[in-house]
Amino acid sequence: MEKFTTHQGLVVPLDVANVDTDQIIPKQFLQKTERVGFGQHLFHDWRYLDEHGLENNPEFILNADRYQGASILLARENFGCGSSREHAPWALQEYGFKVIVAPSFADIFYANCINIGIVPVKLSEAEIEQLFQLTNNAEQQMTVNLSEQTVTVAEHSFTFSLDEFHKYCLEQGIDSVGWTLNKLELIEAFERKLPAWQ
Amino acid sequence: MATTLYEKLWQRHLIEEKAGETPLIYVDRHLIHEVTSPQAFANLKFHNRPVRRPERTIATMDHNISTRSVAIDAAGDGAANQLRTLEKNCNDFGIKLFGMGHKNQGIVHVMGPELGLTLPGQVIVCGDSHTATHGAFGALAFGIGTSEVEHVFATQTLRQTKAKTMKIEVTGQVAPGISAKDIILAIIGKTGSAGATGYVVEYCGQAISALTMEQRMTICNMSIEFGAKAGLIAPDQTTFDYIEGREYAPSGDNWQAAVADWQSLKTDDGAEFDAVLTLKGEDIKAQVTWGTTPGQVIEVDGIVPSPQDFSDPVEQESCSKALAYMGLTAGTKITDIPVNKVFIGSCTNSRIEDLRAAAAIVKGHKVSSSVDAIVVPGSYRVREQAEREGLAQIFIDAGFEWRLPGCSMCLGMNDDRLAEGDRCASTSNRNFEGRQGRGSRTHLVSPEMAAAAAIAGHFVDLSTTALSTSALDA
Repeated sequence: MEKFTTHQGLVVPLDVANVDTDQIIPKQFLQKTERVGFGQHLFHDWRYLDEHGLENNPEFILNADRYQGASILLARENFGCGSSREHAPWALQEYGFKVIVAPSFADIFYANCINIGIVPVKLSEAEIEQLFQLTNNAEQQMTVNLSEQTVTVAEHSFTFSLDEFHKYCLEQGIDSVGWTLNKLELIEAFERKLPAWQ
Repeated sequence: MATTLYEKLWQRHLIEEKAGETPLIYVDRHLIHEVTSPQAFANLKFHNRPVRRPERTIATMDHNISTRSVAIDAAGDGAANQLRTLEKNCNDFGIKLFGMGHKNQGIVHVMGPELGLTLPGQVIVCGDSHTATHGAFGALAFGIGTSEVEHVFATQTLRQTKAKTMKIEVTGQVAPGISAKDIILAIIGKTGSAGATGYVVEYCGQAISALTMEQRMTICNMSIEFGAKAGLIAPDQTTFDYIEGREYAPSGDNWQAAVADWQSLKTDDGAEFDAVLTLKGEDIKAQVTWGTTPGQVIEVDGIVPSPQDFSDPVEQESCSKALAYMGLTAGTKITDIPVNKVFIGSCTNSRIEDLRAAAAIVKGHKVSSSVDAIVVPGSYRVREQAEREGLAQIFIDAGFEWRLPGCSMCLGMNDDRLAEGDRCASTSNRNFEGRQGRGSRTHLVSPEMAAAAAIAGHFVDLSTTALSTSALDA
């Protein structure tokens, strides 16, 4: 996993609440056995006018000229709700998003982001509203500083909270499986105490 | 100190909790399927790591299989590639697989409980958000992503942040004809689609205790639809009676020891929850979703709401967007909404009791000429039992298609999809935009309501309206 320290990038404001993982990556694109090839299908049903993804929907915010190259997604509450499919954050990452900023995230989606190195930034509803005001119809750069746990747009700076270990994993880009395999003795000791029927 | 059921399950599985690290918990049972496992296996191979405890993982094929044929390539090349990859991976890593046409094959959350793989007091995970289903047994069960599937394969553990606790009590009794699906939809209608994000929910109260295991599974199954990490119901005699004698359940002395242990799995008197919600069973009516999140739900005798009915601007916007997508006008009576498709199935409502409830409504009637209706049993065991009991024949005689088991039209990963503009009464769990097919419209309902809608061609308030011949003509 790539290490994350700071990132500066263009913000695209997606003003929709309860964006579910079926919207992020519809089921017809889940039939792959690799982790790549999902970015082109990100938000497929909103992004394209046709089923085959040939014609862009000019109304969809990701297709607007001014937001091309965006690497930070601003969204509303309950982002990533629905299925556990990690294909959703894979698609966001492959498209180019490194940070997602929202007032709240669904739990499984949030964990999936941490596990693949996307930084999920939770801010208050009021702060999110302010960011929408700043980024609607405007190209705005945001700076995300992981060690300081701040995001900054123009002169506005906001602090976000993050679990200490999640932060460590993102900063170091650690292999979490390898990390846990260093604790095999603890796991084996736990297993020796399990009852026979377990 | 008085503790909740969740805290007991948490403490039992906690391997290590130390400053600066997310707690490490043990996983007793890991269920896998073809869609969310291939990349996890691939990473194991890349790192040359084994599956640490292969006997604790069980695989089945459910998400993208055909419901018309047991042939592995019957649902297209992409599906066939994933199914064959699962076969190969299970073979390479020594994992038991219930593949195409196996007598134990079924939707992963139907299969686990019916085989006795799901037990009280376990931590059960699966790369599928409806894993919360297994919480009906007093197991801590939740969905995980593919990186976590890999973590479980390699270590038999997971890193988890401790959740907050929410008690949802349903007091008294529900009226006859009100199903578990109506109860859980009514709960989600109260909390909203993210009302329990960050929480593990324990369902309790007289109306919950009175439910059968299959009904409890329907309740816990939809916990994720209002954001809960997991749903729990404390195990009781109903639970033990259901499990006893099942293929993988403990037996003999182990059974006695297990039940003795399981009896301690309940919230102590006086234990405190971080949040509490109480519903009166008597107040719950049959439910129909009108929007594009499960929280956008209303009683069958109600009307489609208007954006002005909501005070929060974000909810107003969500309502407008949902009405536009669903092709509905505010003020329309729910019972006036016509449907042209009916789907009875999914990990929410495809067990034998669901099929019995639907068949009881269907018996003696015909599916409306304006409706295409399918029944997809949750597993081969359910399918065979329904055939033995004559339920399959009731559906077939009425004009339903009787299919092979699978996830089917709940998510439309196979060829069971709705067309653009189709409006479906569905016993599944998600009414998201495009869930059952691009541009399709889903109304979540109970098996009874889906059956009635198939016959009448629209939703029916069965508490006041009999499904008569006149309903057939309506």
